[in-house]
Amino acid sequence: MSVQMQLEQVGFSYDGSRQIFQGIDFEVNAGEIVCLLGPNGIGKTTLLTCMAKLREPNQGRILLNGEDMAGLSTRDVARVIGYVPQTLQPSFDFTVLDYVVTGSAPWLGTFEKPNAEHYERAAQALKQMEIDHLRDKAYTRISTGELQQVSIARAIAQQSRFILMDEPTAHLDLGNQVKVLRLVKGLAAEGYGIVLTTHNPDQVLLLEAKVAVIDRQARFHFGNWQQILTENLLSDLYGVEMRLIKVEGIQRELCVAPKL
Amino acid sequence: MKIKQNSTNNQYRQWLWLLSILLFVGIFVSLSLGRYSNDPLKVLNVLLARMGANVNVDPTMDSIVFNVRLPRIIASVMIGAMLSLSGTVYQSVFRNPLVSPDLLGVSSGAAVGAAGAILLGAGLVTRQLFAFTGGMLAVLITSMVPRILRNRSNMMLVLSGIIVGGFFSSVLAIMKFVAEEQTELSSIVFWQMGSLSSILGRELLAILPVFVICSSLLLMLSWRINILAFGDLEAQTLGVNVRQVRSIVVVCASLLTASAVSISGTIGWIGLVVPHLGRLLVGSDNTRSMPLAILIGSLFMLLIDTLARTATSMEIPLSILTGFVGAPLYAFLLYKQKTRLE
Repeated sequence: MSVQMQLEQVGFSYDGSRQIFQGIDFEVNAGEIVCLLGPNGIGKTTLLTCMAKLREPNQGRILLNGEDMAGLSTRDVARVIGYVPQTLQPSFDFTVLDYVVTGSAPWLGTFEKPNAEHYERAAQALKQMEIDHLRDKAYTRISTGELQQVSIARAIAQQSRFILMDEPTAHLDLGNQVKVLRLVKGLAAEGYGIVLTTHNPDQVLLLEAKVAVIDRQARFHFGNWQQILTENLLSDLYGVEMRLIKVEGIQRELCVAPKL
Repeated sequence: MKIKQNSTNNQYRQWLWLLSILLFVGIFVSLSLGRYSNDPLKVLNVLLARMGANVNVDPTMDSIVFNVRLPRIIASVMIGAMLSLSGTVYQSVFRNPLVSPDLLGVSSGAAVGAAGAILLGAGLVTRQLFAFTGGMLAVLITSMVPRILRNRSNMMLVLSGIIVGGFFSSVLAIMKFVAEEQTELSSIVFWQMGSLSSILGRELLAILPVFVICSSLLLMLSWRINILAFGDLEAQTLGVNVRQVRSIVVVCASLLTASAVSISGTIGWIGLVVPHLGRLLVGSDNTRSMPLAILIGSLFMLLIDTLARTATSMEIPLSILTGFVGAPLYAFLLYKQKTRLE
């Protein structure tokens, strides 16, 4: 059976009176990429944290392989879902390997420590991300782009089937953005289900992904990018005129703002 | 399989061996030093005789070694280990290299307890019990404030520690103010400077279970403590029960500190400096830096206490020496780490 994550009419509220969002209804299958779009402050990250069981939704439910996530322990969820936060806040200068091996935590008892096998798995994850050379470096002393890759490597070492990424391309230069997106595409091809938030709708076109949108009126849209991403919706979403242009040389559409 | 880089693994083993050997040598040297006699041969004979060898023994030496010097040496080693271990753990869990084991108000609480016992004219044992109770009471109040304010973040706990510590300091100040100057006040002041001069075997037995249980628990949790050091969000996404692990860790570390402080009085610096030294030698991974901190702390405290009782004809309070040694050492360590602290 292929793994699946289903959100059914999910809503969330911090204080119980004001809903941040509601009626979120979509599913993610293994091998799929879902991009989460929406204006600033609409609750994209909050939704992502609900999907990782870091917060409990106050409406609806989230099913993981058919099981209600509310009834699962955080540890069970961590075995299936990896979370890549937007930024890491390094404190002590642990090595990159020390960081990546923490991905084994959901598979170990409270008093257990990772053994040779777990370190090997962490090293493999670094190889897969082609950042093997960073292994013994302090994770406080590598670039933001590298840190993003290290963080994804940890999710791989976690052996999760789904990886949730909170703005994986924030703080990255254009070259690194494209690299990370290529990596995301590669992971999906390997069978990972991926949900990521982004502020750049053009990335959806690059990834040819499914789109989940929370618009300014807090309405929810979900579907293939061809169905959902229209000039009207985009213009409304970002409050400025947006154009979708078919470009011949690069075999894809481009989402851009017209001349100012 | 080439796992955790072999070179640093070997380095860690080497440090463990080197420090263990140094500790044993240090203990023997310290046993040989003292006012009565400085002859290592006599000490060796005493030790051999106790192990069943047929040698000539000076009975006074035997009594001094086993009733005076040994309990005190064991106490210093244990206290060094306890304070250093809890310092390492506190720094990791609170993700702050500037934190010491007094963070949650243990020391101020213990000082209030000890001062209370002194004002009541109670004996040594009562004073220690009061100090322990005061220390744990302070930690309890500190951990309750975030709960009452419904904000259970790390920062809230730290702030709460400052609040409770400050409050207990004021209570202590009142006690000092009303204390009788010649006797009570000086007792309180000397207690706060820390000393092991009147240590007895049975006091060691009293804190031994705390030492064994709490240290083992913390060492078993050392890898989980790594995960907490990466931050709450990271830990939660890995399925770690952050609140539970942090509670166990904070309670164990506080028990260690309170036990140490209750028999020795407050001893500054060691819980702050030794963790840095450990991380400098073997890196931040707590599965290594915690065992190392135990050894370094033991050795450091052994050295300090030996100096305290032998350097001059008078006992020197421990905090004076730890400050003189610890402060410059800390400055040196910060200099070595300056690139890492950004």
